[in-house]
Amino acid sequence: MKFTLQIDSSPTAGQSGYYAYRFACELIKAGHQVIRIFFYREGIYHGYRYSTPPDDELNFSRLWSALSQAHSIDLVICVSAAQRRGLLHPDEAQRQGKLDNDLAEGFRISGLGQMIEASLLADRLIVFP
Amino acid sequence: MKKFLFIISKSASGVSVQEALDQIMIAAAFDQAVSLLFIDDGVFQIKKNQRPDALGLKATASIFEALEVYDVNAFYAETESLEQSGLTVQDLCLPVKLLARNQIAEFIKQHECILPG
Repeated sequence: MKFTLQIDSSPTAGQSGYYAYRFACELIKAGHQVIRIFFYREGIYHGYRYSTPPDDELNFSRLWSALSQAHSIDLVICVSAAQRRGLLHPDEAQRQGKLDNDLAEGFRISGLGQMIEASLLADRLIVFP
Repeated sequence: MKKFLFIISKSASGVSVQEALDQIMIAAAFDQAVSLLFIDDGVFQIKKNQRPDALGLKATASIFEALEVYDVNAFYAETESLEQSGLTVQDLCLPVKLLARNQIAEFIKQHECILPG
C-alpha cells in the first residue's frame, strides 16, 4: 500500500514525532511504499541541521536523514511553515538577504502543493498532530 | 479527485488557523472536494462579531467566509458543540449543515484525507 505522512508536531513537544518515525520505519519494513513525508506546522523542527540534543537523547534530524539515505524517502519541509520558524534553506536565505543553511541532510523544502499531490498518489494519508 | 475533510476543533490561537487555511486553500486549488467540520471550541472560529485583536489574533470569521471564492462551501458543525458553546446557527457567519455527535464517525468515514484544522 502507498502511504503519505504529515507530521505536525515538533520532536520536543511530545511523542507524536517519535511515533511518526517508528511508523515510517515499520511501513518500510512491511514492504509498503512511503510516497512522501511532509513536515508541516511545528513538524518542521524535525529538519533542523543544527539540533544538538545530549547524546542519550534521540536526534530526530539524524534519524530522518539516515532513513532517507537508506530507503530514498522523500522528506519535504513546508516552505511557509519553515520561514515562520526561522528554518532557512540557503536559496531562501539568500533571497531574504540572510546567511543560513539550516536544513539537515536528506530533507528538501517545497510547498503545500507537494503534500496535496502526495495525498492524491497515496492510498492512505496519515497525520501525526 | 479525493474527498478532503478538515476538522476544526480548537478556537483560534497563534498561526494554527492560518496554517489550516493555507492547506484548505491549496487542496481547493488542486480541485479536490473540500469539506470543513467544526467541532468543540472550533465552532468559535466562525462566530460572528469576533473581537480578537486584544489577544493578538486575527478575526477568523471573514477568512472562512472568503473560502467561497475557492469553491469551498461544504461546511458542517456538530450540534452538541454549538449547544455547549452557547451558540446557535444564527451566531455563525457560514451556512453550516448540522450533524449530531452520533453521526460524526460515519461522516468522517465518507472522506479519504482527514486533516486537523
